Amino acid sequence: MISRDEVLHVAALARLELHEDQIEPMARELSNVLGHIERMNELDLDAVEPTSHVVAVSGALRADEVRPSLAREVALAQAPAADADGFLVPSPQA
Amino acid sequence: MNTRELIAIGAEQAAVAVAAGDLDAAELFEAYRTRAAADRAAGEAGLNCFTWVADERPAVADGPLAGVPQAAKDLFCTAGVPSQAGSRLLEGYRPPYTATAVERLEQAGSPLVAKTNQDEFAMGSSNENSAYGPVRNPWDRERVPGGSSGGSAAAVAAGLAPWALGTDTGGSIRQPAALCGIVGMKPTYGSVSRYGMIAFASSLDQAGPLTRSVRDAALMLQTIVGQDERDATSLAFPGAIGLPSREDLQGLRIGVPPELTGEGIEAGVLESFRAALANAQALGASIHEIALPSAEFGLSAYYVLAPAECSSNLARFDGVRYGQRVPSDDLVAMYTRTRAEGFGPEVKRRIMLGTYALSSGYYDAFYDRAERVRTLIAGDFKAAFEHVDLIATPTAPTVAFKLGEKTADPLAMYLSDYCTVPMSLAGVPAISIPCGLSGGLPVGLQLAAPAFADSALLEAAYALEQAIAFDGSSALV
Repeated sequence: MISRDEVLHVAALARLELHEDQIEPMARELSNVLGHIERMNELDLDAVEPTSHVVAVSGALRADEVRPSLAREVALAQAPAADADGFLVPSPQA
Repeated sequence: MNTRELIAIGAEQAAVAVAAGDLDAAELFEAYRTRAAADRAAGEAGLNCFTWVADERPAVADGPLAGVPQAAKDLFCTAGVPSQAGSRLLEGYRPPYTATAVERLEQAGSPLVAKTNQDEFAMGSSNENSAYGPVRNPWDRERVPGGSSGGSAAAVAAGLAPWALGTDTGGSIRQPAALCGIVGMKPTYGSVSRYGMIAFASSLDQAGPLTRSVRDAALMLQTIVGQDERDATSLAFPGAIGLPSREDLQGLRIGVPPELTGEGIEAGVLESFRAALANAQALGASIHEIALPSAEFGLSAYYVLAPAECSSNLARFDGVRYGQRVPSDDLVAMYTRTRAEGFGPEVKRRIMLGTYALSSGYYDAFYDRAERVRTLIAGDFKAAFEHVDLIATPTAPTVAFKLGEKTADPLAMYLSDYCTVPMSLAGVPAISIPCGLSGGLPVGLQLAAPAFADSALLEAAYALEQAIAFDGSSALV
């Protein structure tokens, strides 16, 4: 069973604020799913290579040429807060 | 043609009728637009298939698709049109560019008529995780359409769209297609560009068609397939996707894995599945028992890999560049509150699960092990395909379940993808076609083929579709 402290630690890593009444259900639900996931421990995997991607693609690079890209005002248009030069955010640890 | 007749024909037939001058493309678009708009206006009193419907017909390119409109799952970015991926966090987001799959259809003459409702960021198997309300199954409105491409599946089944684009990460095209009695295909991983798809799990996400016939699925795939320099994992598909015409299955070897066709599959689903196999035999196919010994561990591996990738991909939703923000004087508090308010419970669970699995001290026990299980599963398929041409399973263990039935138990919901996840992990193409009814609800047959055998898969599915002769007309609204 995942502890309350572990849930809070992971939530902080994931930049998620959890309300007090969400912590215990989250611990229980994660524990249930992890219980299912731990079925993998029945397998002997020492001699098996990991697969991160089923299709082998390497060096999918295009020529390094200057091309038109999104105009600044287009890129900024959907931001919750922006000025003419960039995205606006509050100061860290203000 | 009256509206009823116009809706009853599929995309290919409509394109042929327009090209022959028997049908006016503007009239066709308006017929679908009106039906979609009515469902949208009805909200949750309707099927709730759509999150956006066009106000008018856009300029349409000349092309083989002759003006037949497309609906696209909400997570496809569409320039200037809301693309919210079923999330509150992206409410009102209008991207500056269009996803390649949507764009290729548009360039071939298929204008966008609507965006379809979905589980938030494609995480779900019932479409109940949408911030824009659940979608209802047109066969029984008290039941789910499946997910995560539930809006696409329900819209096509109900005749509110001639065809629709969806995405499949662990079954999100195939499972809703099965539950709604239509055709849904996940092509070989890498064969369709992921550019402009709001990412869930990049090593698994794949775009594909939801249609009312196998030939329509082939026509859509033919249009969207191919390498795209904007997606470095997209591949040059060997050969072209043809429109299928095969009439028999002489010489075709179909493998049936006991691991995915036994325990946990509902009796009525198994009955339809076995009847479909008998149909295949009558067409000349031979049936062979094959082993996929690691397939039963597919869900375990999937629920490490997909959440791990999701926890990384969804880091971009932080209230800075797009979507909603919960204001705060402090930067980190702005991030954590924006994400707390913007994401629904299932998305939070998966982000938490993925972050946990990737966190210091747990990586080897979870992520590394899951990647090794993925190797075993891909190896199982490779070995099986040395003996058989296709693998057949039920698409989903059950028919459409009741709204609310599984929302309290995430693990029970995850089991809906038991039969579809192994193909996703192996990256092989798989299609679901309707193969019968159980208790008045559709059952899906899943056929899988080796990587890049998508055309052969469509040919076999077509022959079987003709023999099964499933009638989905009672779902038309």
